[in-house]
Amino acid sequence: MAIEVRDVNKSFGTTPVLRDVSIDVESGSLTALLGPSGGGKSTLLRVIAGLEQPDTGTVRISGVDATRLAPQRRNVGFVFQHYAAFKHLTVFRNVAFGLEIRKRPKDEIRKRVMELLELVHLEQMADRYPSQLSGGQRQRMALARALAVEPEVLLLDEPFGALDAQVRKELRTWLRRLHDEVHVTTVFVTHDQEEAIEVADTIVVLADGEVEQVGSPAEVYDNPANPFVMRFLGPVTEIGGSLVRPHDIEISTEPVEGGTAATVSRVVRLGFEVRVELQVEGRDAWVQVTRGFADQLALKSGDVVSVRPTPGARSLVLATV
Amino acid sequence: MTTDVAVPPALPPGPPGGGARPRSRFSVPGGTALGVGSAVLYLSLIVLIPLAVVAWRSVDQGPGYFWRAVTTPDAWAALTLTVGASILVALINLVMGTIIAWVLVRDRFPGKAVVDTLIDLPFALPTIVAGLVLLSLYGPESPLGLNLAYSRAGVVLALLFVTLPFVVRTVQPVLLELDKEMEQAAASLGASPFQTFRRIILPNLVPAMLSGTALAFTRSIAEFGSTVLISGNLPFKTQVAAVNIFSQIEGDNTTGAAAISTVLLVVALVALVSLDLLQRWGSRRG
Ligand SMILES: Nc1ncnc2c1ncn2[C@@H]1O[C@H](COP(=O)(O)OP(=O)(O)O)[C@@H](O)[C@H]1O
Repeated sequence: MAIEVRDVNKSFGTTPVLRDVSIDVESGSLTALLGPSGGGKSTLLRVIAGLEQPDTGTVRISGVDATRLAPQRRNVGFVFQHYAAFKHLTVFRNVAFGLEIRKRPKDEIRKRVMELLELVHLEQMADRYPSQLSGGQRQRMALARALAVEPEVLLLDEPFGALDAQVRKELRTWLRRLHDEVHVTTVFVTHDQEEAIEVADTIVVLADGEVEQVGSPAEVYDNPANPFVMRFLGPVTEIGGSLVRPHDIEISTEPVEGGTAATVSRVVRLGFEVRVELQVEGRDAWVQVTRGFADQLALKSGDVVSVRPTPGARSLVLATV
Repeated sequence: MTTDVAVPPALPPGPPGGGARPRSRFSVPGGTALGVGSAVLYLSLIVLIPLAVVAWRSVDQGPGYFWRAVTTPDAWAALTLTVGASILVALINLVMGTIIAWVLVRDRFPGKAVVDTLIDLPFALPTIVAGLVLLSLYGPESPLGLNLAYSRAGVVLALLFVTLPFVVRTVQPVLLELDKEMEQAAASLGASPFQTFRRIILPNLVPAMLSGTALAFTRSIAEFGSTVLISGNLPFKTQVAAVNIFSQIEGDNTTGAAAISTVLLVVALVALVSLDLLQRWGSRRG
């Protein structure tokens, strides 16, 4: 294991922010810490980096107990949401910083920094200052700076959080590819479930300072451990006292076995997808169907239909809370 | 008076991942012309024209007279004392002001808010009152048993007192705004606290430290009120330039007074310009 966190508790004042958190991060993996804002994700990441001290519990990095080690000695690369660029240094000197501290020979530093700048596509920008870069470029510089010292783990705190949607999407895909090239164990924080599912190979869902579930994106999406995780990872609706993904519901104009009667209240066409809004047992629900299917049924508001979860639906059906 | 309105340069298309930012902010052309116009007019009336008059008066009896006025033994002594003491005061301010700003921003201690307010006292106090306070504290009847009256040390003390706020108040906001995450990033890259201070914090403070020092220096070479009591105005010993100018005016030698004033003016300008150049050079080299 690259990172082992055991029973970590952390409070700010009297507010507990992490409660008995234990996670394992496999070597070479790309793990997302996913959860709503204020859930303690950044705090956990900072505890791993040594930028915060846990009240109780231990952190091991590459098998070594790092709980009391200063951040300088953990060999961890950290990337901040707001880049934390060294404003008074050029891009080159920013990336070289860790190597200069380690007193590596000048030629070696130059070679390594240029390699890294190429890796993050900033080789043209070596002599610029951070203020002359866009947000996306600054974040790539910060990534190169963190990678320069060959950290055992790379920690990214909402790395794309401050960027606009377009750049964010590009960088996400790029991070995934970069990880496939560099293979350094990486943990990143995000509150965007789409980002976690698209980029990570393991997702740790953290809410209110507690780990709700750990698994691959498919596992947490398809077999959520509890209603919270199910709601957080994708759209849900309630039918017959169960929480179901709206695309895992069958709808038919004839009564079907195990079906629940429902009244169509509205049909919304969103391009390829059609959203059928229903009244089921006096409650609002909705079903997502394809356009072809909706046309075939010719649904309109006021129709009475029968709905049931798709048999063998990959979604775990839960009792509602 | 002409006012040039900068036309923003066309931006080259940016590389993927968002292009570089435009270097200058766009501005409203009409507003700029009006703004520059009134600023120049105001500055001319308040600063430039009076200064020009002083400089003009100083040479209206020819350069030879100017030179003699400046190099009379008492004037020259006052000038060298003033510049020397001001350099010393500026350097002490550079170090102590930065330390005080640091403590006020980074440390917690009881009474911090009070200390923070006290820093501005030398600005708020009429300088002659400051002189009075200093004389009663460090004069012949010093309750501390420290008599600095009529000595050069007394002059330096008075100058230190009135220039205390400059470096503190220029460095403090920069330190407050300094991105803490830069320091954390440096730490996780392996930098010790000292390395982080020297390589990350200090370079970000230097511009503010230098401009605070320049302000303290220029204020100090022109200081009158606070030094006049404690120094005792002994020519050749403790008389500072501003007081010397005053006594020249009293002696009806306005040209001589203007000549010494002009020297102070040039010294102040040289100090400001050279610090500005130093900063530009520093920021270019990073
Ligand atoms: N240095 C701090 N001092 C006090 N409270 C903090 C500090 N850092 C974080 N918190 C609080 O801890 C909680 C969790 O924060 P954080 O770890 O940033 O959550 P997340 O990253 O999931 O949004 C929040 O309520 C936040 O206000």
